[in-house]
Amino acid sequence: MLDVVTTDTLAEAAQSMGDRTRFLNGGTLVMRAVNYGDQRFDRIVRTREALNDVQTHGDRVQLGAGVTMAQIMASRDLSFLAPAARAVGGPAIRNMATVGGNICAPHPYGDLAVALLALDGQLALADGSTLPLATYLSDRKGLIRSISIQRPSGDAFRFRKVSRVKPKGISVMSMAAHLNRSAGRLSDVRVAYAAMGPDPVRVPAVERALEGASLDATGIQPALAAATEGLTPPDDALASSWYRREVAPVHLRRLLLGEDAR
Amino acid sequence: MKIPVTFTLNGTEAAAFTDPGQNLLDLLRRNLGDLTPKFGCGQGTCGTCTVLIDGEPHLSCLILAEAAQGREIETTAGLANGPDLHPLQTAFMEGFAAQCGYCTPGMLMVAKALLDRNPSPTRDEVIEAISGNLCRCTGYEPIVEAILTAARAPRHATGRTA
Repeated sequence: MLDVVTTDTLAEAAQSMGDRTRFLNGGTLVMRAVNYGDQRFDRIVRTREALNDVQTHGDRVQLGAGVTMAQIMASRDLSFLAPAARAVGGPAIRNMATVGGNICAPHPYGDLAVALLALDGQLALADGSTLPLATYLSDRKGLIRSISIQRPSGDAFRFRKVSRVKPKGISVMSMAAHLNRSAGRLSDVRVAYAAMGPDPVRVPAVERALEGASLDATGIQPALAAATEGLTPPDDALASSWYRREVAPVHLRRLLLGEDAR
Repeated sequence: MKIPVTFTLNGTEAAAFTDPGQNLLDLLRRNLGDLTPKFGCGQGTCGTCTVLIDGEPHLSCLILAEAAQGREIETTAGLANGPDLHPLQTAFMEGFAAQCGYCTPGMLMVAKALLDRNPSPTRDEVIEAISGNLCRCTGYEPIVEAILTAARAPRHATGRTA
């Protein structure tokens, strides 16, 4: 028998978490598990606290964990993030799926999370602590209150989702990059992948190879050569590990150079 | 333990007791007798359970029933006004936009949300609106045409939305 605990605040929800418990964000993954009789949990915790604020602070934007993909797509302040939000499910799913839920979604989900990684996501948790998104993704401990991301200037932010079924297929892989440029050269570049490991990850080998490079076909060659360095892409029903390794440099080149997929 | 939940269903106050973990689709069908939203995949892929919550499409099979407390819910059961079909229903019928009919309730609800928000959608906007709903019979073309036809219908133009 499933037990559902509803709290007024996120802090209360955090205190109610325990073994065999799932926190309900938008519900698109937890309720699917309920419908299919998932026996790994028998308790759901949810909160009435909306957590759907979007606030701009200088060159950063803070999104509540309850902000939906549809809300992102409708927000002028978040237009840079709209392509990543649109990559999540169909319109009804996007009315339900939340930022917090996407960060907690296991492989092969997490298309938005990869964008948030490339935008230097910094999380605030229910207990008041803060930590980098990349750190949180290694164990996903604690309930998310909000995430602060860098607001990119110009065309510095790039996102790309590769799927077999369009427009709402699950990712073969997704990639995001923040391409900061200084005096015509790349600097402080952030590149992240999803569906290329158990969790969305930054790709340090690619980031190092792009440091000081020019953003053109020649300049990015070392980065393409390092496209999957240190990664163990998964085998699953969508693609083999071998396939992911083979095509990653192609999609990375398209991402970096802003090329349209054919 | 049963949990009381109240909301507006097609303009009428509705109340029911939900079981922990019960989804909204099950509550609508089993507890309230509204059989128009269908169970398809149970995982958010097919869209046939789509209902409107506060005017926007949601997948009722993925919504905890008690989370519907105080919300405004619309289903296909609320589209017709007595014997008078909604322009979308008429267009679907006359344009052969339903074959087996299983996807139809979901298609009608996402189309209604679109036309309520945007009375004169482009073809691309219609395709985007139904992109979360699967149909394995029609090839989608008659559905797109029916929605565009309904958008041009005089009854829609006069503002009737439910």
